[in-house]
Amino acid sequence: MAETLLSVRNLVVEFPTRRGTLRAIDDVSFDIRRGEVLGVVGESGAGKSITGAAIIGLIEPPGRITGGEIHLAGARIDNLSPERMRRIRGKRIGMVFQDPLTSLNPLYTIADQLIETIRTHIDLSEKAARARAIGLLDQVGIPAAARRIDDYPHHFSGGMRQRVVIALALAAEPDLVIADEPTTALDVSVQAQIIDVLKDICADRGAAVMLITHDMGVIAETADRVAVLYAGRLAEIGPVGDVIKAAEHPYTVGLMGSIPTITHEAPRLTQIPGSMPRLTSIPPGCAFNPRCEKVFARCRAERPVPLRRPGNREVACWLFAEEGADERPGVQAHG
Amino acid sequence: MSVPGCRPMAEALLSIRNLSCVFDVSKPWLNRVIERDERRFLTAVASVTFDIRRGETFALVGESGSGKSTIAKMIVGLQPPSGGEIIFDGTPMRGQGGDMRRLRRRFQMIFQDPFASLNPRWRVGDIIAEPIRTFGLLRGSAVEREVERLLDVVGLSGRDREKFPHEFSGGQRQRIAIARALSSRPEFIVCDEPTSALDVSVQAQILNLMRDLQDEFGLTYLFISHDLSVVRHMANRIGVLYLGRLVEVAEGKTLFRDPSHPYTRMLLDAVPDLEMAGRRRRRVEGEIPNPIDPPSGCHFHPRCPLVEPRCRNEAPPEFPRGDGMAACFAVDRAATKEAAPT
Repeated sequence: MAETLLSVRNLVVEFPTRRGTLRAIDDVSFDIRRGEVLGVVGESGAGKSITGAAIIGLIEPPGRITGGEIHLAGARIDNLSPERMRRIRGKRIGMVFQDPLTSLNPLYTIADQLIETIRTHIDLSEKAARARAIGLLDQVGIPAAARRIDDYPHHFSGGMRQRVVIALALAAEPDLVIADEPTTALDVSVQAQIIDVLKDICADRGAAVMLITHDMGVIAETADRVAVLYAGRLAEIGPVGDVIKAAEHPYTVGLMGSIPTITHEAPRLTQIPGSMPRLTSIPPGCAFNPRCEKVFARCRAERPVPLRRPGNREVACWLFAEEGADERPGVQAHG
Repeated sequence: MSVPGCRPMAEALLSIRNLSCVFDVSKPWLNRVIERDERRFLTAVASVTFDIRRGETFALVGESGSGKSTIAKMIVGLQPPSGGEIIFDGTPMRGQGGDMRRLRRRFQMIFQDPFASLNPRWRVGDIIAEPIRTFGLLRGSAVEREVERLLDVVGLSGRDREKFPHEFSGGQRQRIAIARALSSRPEFIVCDEPTSALDVSVQAQILNLMRDLQDEFGLTYLFISHDLSVVRHMANRIGVLYLGRLVEVAEGKTLFRDPSHPYTRMLLDAVPDLEMAGRRRRRVEGEIPNPIDPPSGCHFHPRCPLVEPRCRNEAPPEFPRGDGMAACFAVDRAATKEAAPT
């Protein structure tokens, strides 16, 4: 097993508001190993993007990390000064955002933006940086890279722009790439190409990827492991095939059943009643308990801790507590 | 099953005949004169013909710019067609007169974004009652009773009519939009990406609701989506659009089991799916060309693996395939070969 690259331990992110403090991420722990693609899924408001933002230190104030630790290759990074964090961001952690149009500056050519990023992080001459930039564009599959590098973002189609954004994220050879909904704004045929690019590049360079998306199909095809978030908490984490084919947490079971597939026809989709609670009204105990079919007394009173399950999985559900799985120490129930 | 290859008129609720929509995207006159530019046109929909049968769900799929939403808008009268005909239950739809008004009561639309399609200043009750009042279907307290009944039908509570749209979640708002669409007692509903703004678990609720309502009220749906798995779940028959042209029409089952047109095959190969875990897809080539300046002949030819010289010059006509059609020379040739005795 490859060594752990990123380790998130008991992360808590809070947003103070006039009506009290909202806990957007509540005690979330997970690891990403080198060369691994970790998918992070959940519905809107589950905390997927905030988890990504917390790791690269880009949480919008007044939100802040109020608990837990984040370690990158053994070194703690959640408490660094903005200046030191800035050196890690882009250099060791690359970022790909959802909308390729807003993540590129429309007033600068692709060459300007790539060369600036490369020279910020690596000590190279202008000429060497340009050669490297062309090489990067070539790798992400932009045809005639040497000619197109002097074009502006608006000369590119959506899929090509997203390739440029991926090239930017990879400019300084980061260990970890956080991709936040990288294919959501794209058409299916282009989406498939971008998934391929992300996968290949990470495999070639041994970089780890944290892939945040609401599209389970993308996760199924791309990720090695998948973490399912619900109302800011980790519901389940495990190898992608197991979680999709044999989900254990009742929320994951419902989520998978509610997705129509193109390979077979189901007369009716499973539906989870209700919707995810707002952060202002998370129920006591397990956050999913009002929508859960298998709810029992303990779920309403006590928050489930992530339980280790066979096959390198963790499930935060009391259903599995009776089976004698060892509960992870140090995780306190919140109520 | 109907007779293969022909489209029986009798059971068609809505017939689209050679429907086109061309937008003028020229620069302003002065710029054209100074820059010696010619007028430019964008053909959003090019001579599309299909039928929707009573009680079925017909889906239109395609990537952005394929013209699916433009077709929806033309059908409900939000966009005047540049050519062709829309025939609803035997009556061609033209103009705005009183007859058209009575006809328009019989179809409704559900929009993509439930945050934009409901007036934030109106109470839910008034939003749902508006079509009832506009078409003069009911009067007085009967309107309120009907609104409560409709809210109940879509899974909300009668008390919700006093609330404003902002008090509801995305899924609940889409239920309100469905209640509004049902309030004029339509037979035909155009659903333009009704679930693409929703989370998957909520999407499942709305899709199930739409199916239940179809069974209960015998509704006919035109279902527009870019999501093939949703389309597979909902549609009886499917039309595939590429750059404003209909390239294939087939029964849902046939389309997913045995797609004819190379574009449909490519699209199906490209969809990330739960079942695909760990498998490697075939690589998709190229991107959708600029619709202002589409490729000659068959629009798909630069990306097509089966391309032949004829495709570059000639737009393929519709070749019948089973219950539907495919607009592709290669598909036609393969079919002729199969049919010929060996």
